[in-house]
Amino acid sequence: MNYFLEIFLGGLTRGSIYALIALGYTMVYGIIELINFAHGEIYMIGAFTALIVASVLTLLGFNTLSVFILALVLAVIYSCCYAFTMEKIAYKPLRQAPRLSALISAIGMSLFLQNYVLLAQTSDFLPFPRLIPDFDFMEPYAHIITTQEAVILITTAIFMTILTIFIKFTRMGKAMRATSQDKVMAALTGIDVNRVISFTFIVGAAAAAVGGVLIASHIGMINFYIGFIAGIKAFVAAVLGGIGSIPGAVLGSFVLGWTESFCTGYVSSDYEDVFAFLFLVLILIFRPAGILGRSESNKV
Amino acid sequence: MNLFPELRKSFIASLWFMFLTFPIMVIRVNTIENIVEWRWMNLVFVGIGSFFLSWLWRYLLSRKEMGVNKKTDDQDRTSLVSRLMKNKQLIIPAAALLAIFTIIFPHIFSTYQTSIMITALIYVMLGLGLNIVVGLAGLLDLGYVAFYAVGAYAYGLLNYHFGLGFWTALPVGAALGALFGILLGFPVLRLRGDYLAIVTLGFGEIIRLILENWNEFSFGPSGIANIPRPSFFGMDLSIQWATVYIYYIVIGICCITIVIVGRLQDSRIGRAWIALREDEIACQAMGIDKARTKLNAFALGATWAGMAGVVFAAKTTFINPASFTIWESIIILCIVVLGGMGSVVGVVSGALVLILLPEYLRAFSEYRLLIFGAILIFMMVFRPGGIVSDVRRVYRFESSAMDDKPQEYS
Amino acid sequence: MIKGISKMRLITALIVSIIFFGSTGLGFAADTIKLGIAGAHSGDLASYGIPSIKAAELVVKEINEKGGILGKKVEILAEDDVCKPEVATNTATKLVSEGANVVLGHICSGATKAALGIYKDSKIIAMSPSATNPALTQSGEYPNFYRTIASDDAQARLEVDFATNVLKVKKIAVLHDKGDYGKGLAEFAKGFIENSGGKAKVVLFEGVTPGAVDYSAIVQKIKKSGADAVIFGGYHPEASKIVMQMRKKRMKTILISDDGVKDDTFIKVAGEYAEGVYATGPKDVSSNPLAIKATEDHKKAYGSDPGAFFLNAYAAAQALLNAIQKAGSTDYDAIAKALKTEYVDTPLGKIKFDDRGDAIGVGFAMYQVRKGAYAEVK
Repeated sequence: MNYFLEIFLGGLTRGSIYALIALGYTMVYGIIELINFAHGEIYMIGAFTALIVASVLTLLGFNTLSVFILALVLAVIYSCCYAFTMEKIAYKPLRQAPRLSALISAIGMSLFLQNYVLLAQTSDFLPFPRLIPDFDFMEPYAHIITTQEAVILITTAIFMTILTIFIKFTRMGKAMRATSQDKVMAALTGIDVNRVISFTFIVGAAAAAVGGVLIASHIGMINFYIGFIAGIKAFVAAVLGGIGSIPGAVLGSFVLGWTESFCTGYVSSDYEDVFAFLFLVLILIFRPAGILGRSESNKV
Repeated sequence: MNLFPELRKSFIASLWFMFLTFPIMVIRVNTIENIVEWRWMNLVFVGIGSFFLSWLWRYLLSRKEMGVNKKTDDQDRTSLVSRLMKNKQLIIPAAALLAIFTIIFPHIFSTYQTSIMITALIYVMLGLGLNIVVGLAGLLDLGYVAFYAVGAYAYGLLNYHFGLGFWTALPVGAALGALFGILLGFPVLRLRGDYLAIVTLGFGEIIRLILENWNEFSFGPSGIANIPRPSFFGMDLSIQWATVYIYYIVIGICCITIVIVGRLQDSRIGRAWIALREDEIACQAMGIDKARTKLNAFALGATWAGMAGVVFAAKTTFINPASFTIWESIIILCIVVLGGMGSVVGVVSGALVLILLPEYLRAFSEYRLLIFGAILIFMMVFRPGGIVSDVRRVYRFESSAMDDKPQEYS
Repeated sequence: MIKGISKMRLITALIVSIIFFGSTGLGFAADTIKLGIAGAHSGDLASYGIPSIKAAELVVKEINEKGGILGKKVEILAEDDVCKPEVATNTATKLVSEGANVVLGHICSGATKAALGIYKDSKIIAMSPSATNPALTQSGEYPNFYRTIASDDAQARLEVDFATNVLKVKKIAVLHDKGDYGKGLAEFAKGFIENSGGKAKVVLFEGVTPGAVDYSAIVQKIKKSGADAVIFGGYHPEASKIVMQMRKKRMKTILISDDGVKDDTFIKVAGEYAEGVYATGPKDVSSNPLAIKATEDHKKAYGSDPGAFFLNAYAAAQALLNAIQKAGSTDYDAIAKALKTEYVDTPLGKIKFDDRGDAIGVGFAMYQVRKGAYAEVK
């Protein structure tokens, strides 16, 4: 039973990690129907910015807490700026173009950003400072769940709640929902569609950056390639839950995390990813639009 | 042109990029030695670079918009190459020249040139195959590399266990490719668009992971070595001649592929694919069997990948799962989209550009992928239809001024 | 009018392309000895390949200053294969086309296997500083292959002997990263444990997914299996993730790993958690005067410490050029004979090669992380 609980918690942690990244995918997809391949790179850039800021501040003699807060804030700001610029350069000119062109542009952006960081920084793994200390009161439970894992879980939960409230009740949230349903109609009712799209990218990037900082300090190291690997998994999670739906992305992430975790725990980690993908195929066969996705009936 | 606002815009862009690239370009931390390196010069380069690039960017964008607004004769909007294609007087000597060039190619250039040309031609085959699935039938396939792997492993394993030769393995590889295409096709019949993309991606990964983990079957990550090159009527050729020989084989297969794909495109199946791409519901309403058409597309597309896999195994003589990652699928997809979806000439030129360019860019090997990424974005922004976009016969009702605009298709 | 221009343009394009393609393939003079260097010089594995170029540059510079060999200067032809087999065949063909006499490389085992056939047909000897796959020398399929590093099975043997005889552990979990190198090593280790006559048994044999965001499930599984020690085949990023998660979960399981982990980056990344980890690595040569000199030269020339496999590559370059010198020609058989008979002084010690192509006198030793540095376990 204890083993089951541990595996379950492991899957939950993994799921929350995916969820923070999957959010950006699903939001962008919901608005402009684009698989933003470069989203994983935003997460990577967030982690790198945090690493750089934290190292500089530590050398300047700041204390741990202020280093953590400043690194997190700057990582979020920079990730948002990158996402904003990325949208303006690589996606905005392609609004009217075929969807595949936008996808290729996103792939190009992903390659570009990966190699930009590789060339400007390094190809080696860099140790990431432990920004979250181990709390003493967590010590008795450390063999089950560490402080970092608990922080990741709680942050994901808070993020989801805020986001859901935001989309449901604020003006901007309503504008986002309207835009995702019909861009032309939304524009006619006075919504600045370009602003809404930029804003969506920024919110997605903020979630990814927070994820980047937390995950990097949980894993303890980063390099330029982490974004791509995590990005693919998060994308799978978003589709599993029903792409375009925010609760779907979260649910999909947890389902994916548990699938992988239980497969490793009870079968074999050799086939961890095979199981994850098979499970995805199975779900999509029975629910072609994902777990929570709306299956739209196409009108002629 | 108003100089001052332009200057101001560029200046703002340059400031913005200096801010944006500041942490990553300027500061390099070595967390191992705890040293922080400040590279202020980079900031200057970024500033100057983005100043001029943003100028160029806006200039090109405005030109593109002008091009769209200034709607002139249709002919101008189709690309140079497709215009050339229509010109009968030109096409025959050009084709003849091209054919002669292709035939004498391995004799005037070194083995290395021939060798990379073979690689590029293998990608032409892959591109043409994927073009059937993505370009014609409109089914986004991100796991196409799986069929390529199936072909390569079919030859590698059949040769290892039963000593089968290249020429026997070629049809077997193609058949297995088709079989796997159908296997993938069945579960995804109901899926659409991006759901299809993710399932095919998963399928590609599953095949690769099985090859990686199932040692008893596929020899795992250490791969299969010493796969023989094709023998020439029982003779084993030296490496130079084997390369030339493979070159001719690939050229042959490519020509056959081009002819078949060209014929398919104009056939009943091809029309059905295009109809499927344009509108699934309307296509069904016209009495086209959707499931069969989709399966056809998957099977035929995968056939070429299977063949390309066999040729690949024969060329490198060594295969392991690391050659069949998702990046490979992405590159093939880039070939199709960058070249021009649905257009054979486009796919061929896309493959030649995307595969040969990195080889010739070896001198800038570090910046190769950076440039590659930038080119992808640039091409898509300024030429979203690809190098050679597909030209479809447009039937117009001449008398009406309203219908003057050629149809847009996505 | 338009027609005319287009025709002209097409013909010009054809001519230009012919000149462009043609010029790259033609003409080379045979007045230098050409040392080809192939390996990953870009991409994510570049840090394993670039040190071999630097090593060769240093060796070649020294030899050329002394007047070269056989009265000829030595010239370096460096080509990138990004550690991919399909690229490696093109790289190899390019080196052959450019007239390389001997090749130092490739870096990764897979790429090496793909390239060796081409060198074999062209009668060129290749010597790798880092390809450790046992089949390369043991299968007998690559007579033109030599290496200045010991093969994986020797390493696995050492790890298993150490675990069963020195540490006396009874239950061992064998993990790998599903890669060519890691999985091969893990399989050897598993075989050796099973044939150790019941001294120990394998309680878990699994591959972890490289680059995964979290290894807690596999760590829990190790814990459940009750293993006293983990033997891990793979590279340092995964090893440090595993050891960090084990220690964070308050597990004291011993970790024994390979020379992919015996890298200072591992200690820096895993920090305090690295303490006590065992790893096999090439025998300590830090007291060898030639090794000291090579490292010093590197610092002087490039202003940094040498990277992975630098000394192996240095030794390989020396061995190859020495063999040409001793053979008196660049003939394949003569060089092969010289490699197998003539000892050469290298930073790795005095080496020559056995019939299979493995260097005699190059082996592995066991190291442990103590107070933030690797120390040899005697």
